[in-house]
Amino acid sequence: MRKSFETEIQQLKDELVVLGNLVEQQLLGAVEAFRTRDIAASKKIIEIDEDVNSKRYHIEEQVLITIATQQPMARDLRLLASILEIAGELERMGDYAKGIAKINIRMGDEELLTPLVNIPIMAKKCVSMLDRAVIAFVNENIDEANVLPTLDDEIDNLYNLVYTNLMGMIGNDEKTIQRANWILWVAHNLERVADRVTNICERTIFTVTGELKEIRSSDQ
Amino acid sequence: MNLISPVLETHNLNIYYGDFRAVTDVNIQIPRHKITAIIGPSGCGKSTLLRAFNRMNELVPNTHIEGEIIFEGQNLYGRDIDPVEVRYRIGMVFQKPNPFPKSIYENVAWAARIHGYRGNLDELVESSLTKAALWDEVKDILKQSALSLSGGQQQRLCIARAIAVQPEVILMDEPASALDPIATLKIEELMQSLKKDYTIVIVTHNMQQAARASDYTSMMMLAENTRSGTVIEFEETNTLFTRPKDKRTEDYVTGRFG
Repeated sequence: MRKSFETEIQQLKDELVVLGNLVEQQLLGAVEAFRTRDIAASKKIIEIDEDVNSKRYHIEEQVLITIATQQPMARDLRLLASILEIAGELERMGDYAKGIAKINIRMGDEELLTPLVNIPIMAKKCVSMLDRAVIAFVNENIDEANVLPTLDDEIDNLYNLVYTNLMGMIGNDEKTIQRANWILWVAHNLERVADRVTNICERTIFTVTGELKEIRSSDQ
Repeated sequence: MNLISPVLETHNLNIYYGDFRAVTDVNIQIPRHKITAIIGPSGCGKSTLLRAFNRMNELVPNTHIEGEIIFEGQNLYGRDIDPVEVRYRIGMVFQKPNPFPKSIYENVAWAARIHGYRGNLDELVESSLTKAALWDEVKDILKQSALSLSGGQQQRLCIARAIAVQPEVILMDEPASALDPIATLKIEELMQSLKKDYTIVIVTHNMQQAARASDYTSMMMLAENTRSGTVIEFEETNTLFTRPKDKRTEDYVTGRFG
């Protein structure tokens, strides 16, 4: 029954995974370019963002066509609404990667205030959470969707570590404050990515159970 | 769901054609001044249930029910209840528009006249046609044959005819399935304006129509291992089409049934 519809749904899920992978590459690339102060690489990250946007629009368009032509109900309808939402979340994560790239460009010749240690770890953890969240969504795996938001605490802890370290370094020197601020922005962007991973997990649970609820990580 | 004052209420309703039990153990309440849709696959007893609500099934020989249907606190199948009276208070609109081969005016006036209506017939015809959203289209051709109208107009005329005897409930059996999409939308809009004054129960094969036009939806399906239909889920329409509780409802509304 409804074979062509099933195929359309599968294609949409595939496209979502591709978009997720692209954003993951973008995030890792943005942090690596920042760590190595590679301006050319940061410019490439900004270019990738256009690809991310157009993939998101394409998914939106396909979802609307599917809704209009197949008139889905119940779980199918929730799934399609969730795909729309998640495509939007992924695009915003891409914007965070672009934000990190812009910071690197804005820094110009300035050296990093301190070599990056915790931020690349944050980036790796964020990307791993993101990857698992997207896969959990396409597999409609609510156990995984319930577990992933608890990992957000690790990201928050790393962010706090970055923050405390930077605060210990800055004095009254305006220049130093600015250089610390750049690094803090990058960490902040990653922290936001992790929060949005939780939103994806919420959509997975909604798709499967029909229940819309906010998942809170344990520290909240 | 437990309503404070439902218009119609069934208690362990079973409907038989001879020995064959077509509908099994239905317990539902029809909310007042709302539109309730009955959906489900072919042959699951939707029309049979609908027709039980105004004792229309009795026109088929050897039909009987077990259990009861309570209408405004009274047993609809009680000994002292006149089925003809029931059909005035609970009107029916059918799938195929079936106006009488008479003038537009007479189609509306006739039943009221038979029923002993003592008011001004012209006013009744105008108000009924207005409520049925047909007045503007026919006010200058009231003497013309009803059969000269389009299918959609004929169906609205049948609704006007049902309204003319001032019923409390209007039953509709696939009222738009013979109509084009524009005429269908007109009927659906009409239903929305009618529910201020009447309670509407509609049987439809068109799930989108149930989703668009009704407040409550009753999902029917054959009871397990039988050829007899029953209500498996009764919910607010918004809930039933987005978060159905029963797996069989889910399968049906998502097109994975069967």
